[in-house]
Amino acid sequence: MVILLGVAGIVAAVLTALRPDKSYLELRQRIASWWVMVALLAGALLVGWQATVVVFALISFMALREFLSLAPIRKEDRPAILAAYLILIAAYGFVAADQYMFYLVFIPVWTFLGLPFLMAMLGQTRGFLTTAATFHWGLVTCVYNLGFAAFLMRTPASEPLPAGAAGLVFFLLLVTEFNDVAQYVFGKLLGRHKIAPTVSPNKTWEGFLGGWLATALLIWFVGPVFTPLAGLGLLVVAVTLPVAGFAGDVTMSAVKRDIGVKDTSHAIPGHGGVLDRADSLTFTAPLYFHLLALFALVKF
Amino acid sequence: MKGWLRFLLLILVARPLALFMTGADVSGRERLPLKGPAIVAANHSSHVDTLLLLAIFPSRALARVRPAAAADYFLRDPVIGWFSRHVIGIVPVARRKFGRDEDVLAPARAALAAGDIVVVFPEGTRGDGEGDEGMGQLKSGVARLAEAFPDAPVTPVWIQGAGRVLPKGETIPVPLNCAVLVGEPLAWEGDRHAFMTKLRASLLALRAEAPPLRWS
Repeated sequence: MVILLGVAGIVAAVLTALRPDKSYLELRQRIASWWVMVALLAGALLVGWQATVVVFALISFMALREFLSLAPIRKEDRPAILAAYLILIAAYGFVAADQYMFYLVFIPVWTFLGLPFLMAMLGQTRGFLTTAATFHWGLVTCVYNLGFAAFLMRTPASEPLPAGAAGLVFFLLLVTEFNDVAQYVFGKLLGRHKIAPTVSPNKTWEGFLGGWLATALLIWFVGPVFTPLAGLGLLVVAVTLPVAGFAGDVTMSAVKRDIGVKDTSHAIPGHGGVLDRADSLTFTAPLYFHLLALFALVKF
Repeated sequence: MKGWLRFLLLILVARPLALFMTGADVSGRERLPLKGPAIVAANHSSHVDTLLLLAIFPSRALARVRPAAAADYFLRDPVIGWFSRHVIGIVPVARRKFGRDEDVLAPARAALAAGDIVVVFPEGTRGDGEGDEGMGQLKSGVARLAEAFPDAPVTPVWIQGAGRVLPKGETIPVPLNCAVLVGEPLAWEGDRHAFMTKLRASLLALRAEAPPLRWS
């Protein structure tokens, strides 16, 4: 990771020196932000599960705040917005308390029922179903799905983990972001045929397939260093995870296009909003978690 | 109240609070004035506006930043009054006396003469952000200040979404992103009416660049 970023930094410096007429400010900002994100997450993973849960709760909070700020919401729903943040705290509370079964059903079942009930009691029926669905979509992607990454930190040391629980989370972040970058780079280099022209006009079949192959190879060869996956389990993760990353990216693009924005905010210089950076992670985190649970982890 | 205490409260409390509640998504921060006399003119839909503006100024300019605020509202209670004067650092504007002989803008003029950066909300009160233009009528006090200090730049600022975080009449704030768009400073060109037209146009131009508010 550090090597990759170092190379990217040198390339940016060389580009700036070679082509002083062109502005590489955004590229340099983007790389500088990568450093900050890597330092923050690596620091949290090294400190332990408590710090990691706090950092992921903050990421979820910023993503959910971006989502609720852009989505169509009715004036009467201010108490429901407040409730959504309390649900976030409760969900991460279940991670901190290591209550896996509670976590699993809390948002998909109880929030799914409870929040619309609260909205009904607030009394506004205009656009009710649409708004209830909006809240649920935001909570599942920004809180429930990202929370699985934090929950991996609660894997006990008794399980045969080659690089500890932190290694599991690190590998998820590494391959998800590698996949984003690889799809972008292959698209820039070889992109000819658009894959989803109405949703995300810059995405191409070449970028998707190149990223898929590169990320699958990375998972296949580096996976055993950080995860207990091997054989069939490793193969399934290698094949499906890059597709999930792509799916998250395209699906969030559709949401952004519907809302009418390009970036969800400017929270991360050179990248856009938290949701712009975490879009693929909202899909890869639950997939990775459940495949690990299915093939390798005893606890979940 | 020592200046450093206000500075610490703004840096250690106001800034993290603004960041938590609004994300403080600023564009054009480099256009904010760093020394006075200077005027910043923003739209007004919430108390959050003042918090946000205090939070986005670079630290080295903070000691100079003075939000203009209604004396009848902020000075009626001794506790809030003390807080408004010494922590927020308000320049009181006596709205009720407007139209009489008394010079309601005297404190603002004195602040500008002392080299402060005065933040004004030309709407004169918090609006509901409704209507086609998202703001109310602009009062001409800002033009009179610009006329008195023709060399002071007037920087327009559009704040999007503060009225959702804490609307007028509500007591519980709800975290939602706010975009703050800082425009190019306007210069005084000798005519109040033309100046107000220009100010309104630049505020609306900033609003057009802000992310959409889907709030119905």
